[in-house]
Amino acid sequence: MSVSSVITTTSKTRGQNQVHADELSRSFALTTRLDAIVAWGRKNALWPLPYGTACCGIELMSVMGPRYDLARFGAEVVRFSPRQADLLLVAGTITEKMAPVLVRIYEQMLEPKYVLSMGACASSGGFYRAYHVLQGCDKVVPVDVYVPGCPPTPEAVLDGIMSLQRMIATQQPRPWRDNWKNPYDQT
Amino acid sequence: MTKLEELKKNLSEKFNTANFKFSHNFGDDVLEIPKDQIAPVLRYFREIGKFDFLMDICGVDYPARALRFDVVYHLFSSRDGSRLRMKAQVGEGDSVDSAIRIWRGADWFEREAFDMFGIKFSGHPNLRKILTHHQFVGHPLRKDYEADRQQACNETLPVHFDDTDSESGAILNENLVPINIGPSHPAMHGTLRVMAELDGETVVRASCEIGYLHRCFEKMAETHPYNQVIPYTDRLNYCSAPMNNVGYCKTVERLMGVEIPPKAQAMRVILCELSRVIDHIISVGTGGVDLGALTAFFHLFTYREKVYTLFEKLCGSRLTVAMTRVGGMAQDAPEGWFDDVLAFCKEMRAGVDEISKLMIDNKIFIKRTQGVCPVTAQEAISWGYTGPLLRASGVNLDLRKTAPYYGYDALNFEVPVGTSGDIYDRYLVRIEEMKQSIRIIEQVCKNPPGGDYTIRDKGIVLPEKKDVYGNIEGLMNHFMLVIKGLRPPPGEIYDATEAANGELGFYLVSDGSANPYRLKVRPPCFAIYQSFPHVVKGAMLADAIATVSSMNVIAGELDR
Repeated sequence: MSVSSVITTTSKTRGQNQVHADELSRSFALTTRLDAIVAWGRKNALWPLPYGTACCGIELMSVMGPRYDLARFGAEVVRFSPRQADLLLVAGTITEKMAPVLVRIYEQMLEPKYVLSMGACASSGGFYRAYHVLQGCDKVVPVDVYVPGCPPTPEAVLDGIMSLQRMIATQQPRPWRDNWKNPYDQT
Repeated sequence: MTKLEELKKNLSEKFNTANFKFSHNFGDDVLEIPKDQIAPVLRYFREIGKFDFLMDICGVDYPARALRFDVVYHLFSSRDGSRLRMKAQVGEGDSVDSAIRIWRGADWFEREAFDMFGIKFSGHPNLRKILTHHQFVGHPLRKDYEADRQQACNETLPVHFDDTDSESGAILNENLVPINIGPSHPAMHGTLRVMAELDGETVVRASCEIGYLHRCFEKMAETHPYNQVIPYTDRLNYCSAPMNNVGYCKTVERLMGVEIPPKAQAMRVILCELSRVIDHIISVGTGGVDLGALTAFFHLFTYREKVYTLFEKLCGSRLTVAMTRVGGMAQDAPEGWFDDVLAFCKEMRAGVDEISKLMIDNKIFIKRTQGVCPVTAQEAISWGYTGPLLRASGVNLDLRKTAPYYGYDALNFEVPVGTSGDIYDRYLVRIEEMKQSIRIIEQVCKNPPGGDYTIRDKGIVLPEKKDVYGNIEGLMNHFMLVIKGLRPPPGEIYDATEAANGELGFYLVSDGSANPYRLKVRPPCFAIYQSFPHVVKGAMLADAIATVSSMNVIAGELDR
């Protein structure tokens, strides 16, 4: 839902003064719902944490690089500190050894936070049906968007980010996020 | 007198060679000896300077045999380019004398053999797991371990160090500050973990934890037919994927006794050199980023994208290309491709000059790298360094010159060699290598050979699609090759190519079936990175970061 579509229309039941005030405000301001404008801000200022572990990390460099330029989507401020990031870009194979680290990084991120799983390995283990590879990072963290490919082209990653932006703007419910529990929590 | 006879004579002067078995298989010299003779013979070779490099140590599992494991050593002489494979049989629970006192570089290779097979090396101060996680039970490369049996890990190890002869690595010095860097840290490239103890900003003790990207390449290779292994090789050193394809296919082809046509050779040379250029782009670019210089990275990535475009034209894929097949290439180059490559070379030549001005003429860059953490030639050889890092230390060794393949001997290029082995020299060597690679590509592209891009042996190469759909013979050949698979003769072989990071070796054991029995990769950065704790000892923390990036550790081939 874009900002313009949530502008409230004047109610006919309101008094003359009210209408006058509304016309006045329309000339220099717009009205919207608070949550819609917040979502609009969020979707256009994603700060990604590039969790690049393998080949996809190299393609992620291309996404950030001069030709594909993620900055056009407002997500170029790459932060390696989870405290400053709100989008976890899991780019590459997550092994069993890496999984506890990934969960710890995810837990350190502040709300609202989103996860994008880039590539076949991060999404499902890919063609590594192997003894040391986690069969998809959604086994340990809640994933919002899966981007297929091995590795995905930068266009596919941009499309994934745009999908995530749509999800944020429409405030789509995320039960996978709400019901998520830390798989390593013993208590 | 052949090299093997000479070796036999050499050894008989010093050892009782009655139990030694000398053989010459598929062009490789092999020496099978009893396991208690391994260390003395290795020491003897090192002392007389017969072989100066210990390239690889690995295990092979034969569960039906009484002594079930083979421990395999690959030796190399930079003097005359000769190689020797030494093998000893070891039973379960037996131990072999460690080679760590003879070659420092044996360290991680022995730990890997222990982790993967459970082979014990007595005298190794620090024989722990290296690639699998600490809660992993069993030894995954044994034949009785199922490829897909995963074991979960639910915690990470705290900061710890390597055990030495005198002290335990688990006990920290309370007067020093322990720090943990990575695996999620911008300077650690996603998957490396370095732990250090600091006195102020000086590194007193450091250690590396690897295996965060252990994707079980070698087990996957054992469970897939020969041609299906090619996409897995792409993902070893993903910064220069075609080079791994070429290295693997060259090994299988040598085992099968196949000579690929000139056009395939030329295309492979072009792909290799283009990959070398883009690999060095990543190395130099991210090296700059780690030192705080972002401009060169963005600038260099423009050129990397141009190479991706060339790859896309050739095969449709950008990064992981899987362009070679056993017997040649997957398809022919499209019309005008060689001219596109030539046009790129011209642009790239100007680009490299610009970058060298940006980076190696930069005052800050020079101050951060010159004279920092140097490695001498002797140390480098002892650790098993190869490639640009070895050459930066002043050793003129390049397999394209020492053991030329694919017509490299007919091409005109020079091998840049550094003097001091510091970080600055490593970047100098890489930048000069980019220029030399462009020279090679131009020579090949100006006069590309004609003819077919692959051999046409029906038992090795799939027929073209028009034959599969167009006539019964093509259909049958296709069916047979897919069902029966490509089957090299039983035997074993070690073959190496000069990859962007150094010697990329493949040790392939075939039992005559459609899958490799064992495929061991000798990754160049594995040998290099194991020296890291020793190289940065006593240096500043910021220098340690610069060292990691100059080593160009690619987790895909480090952890496999």
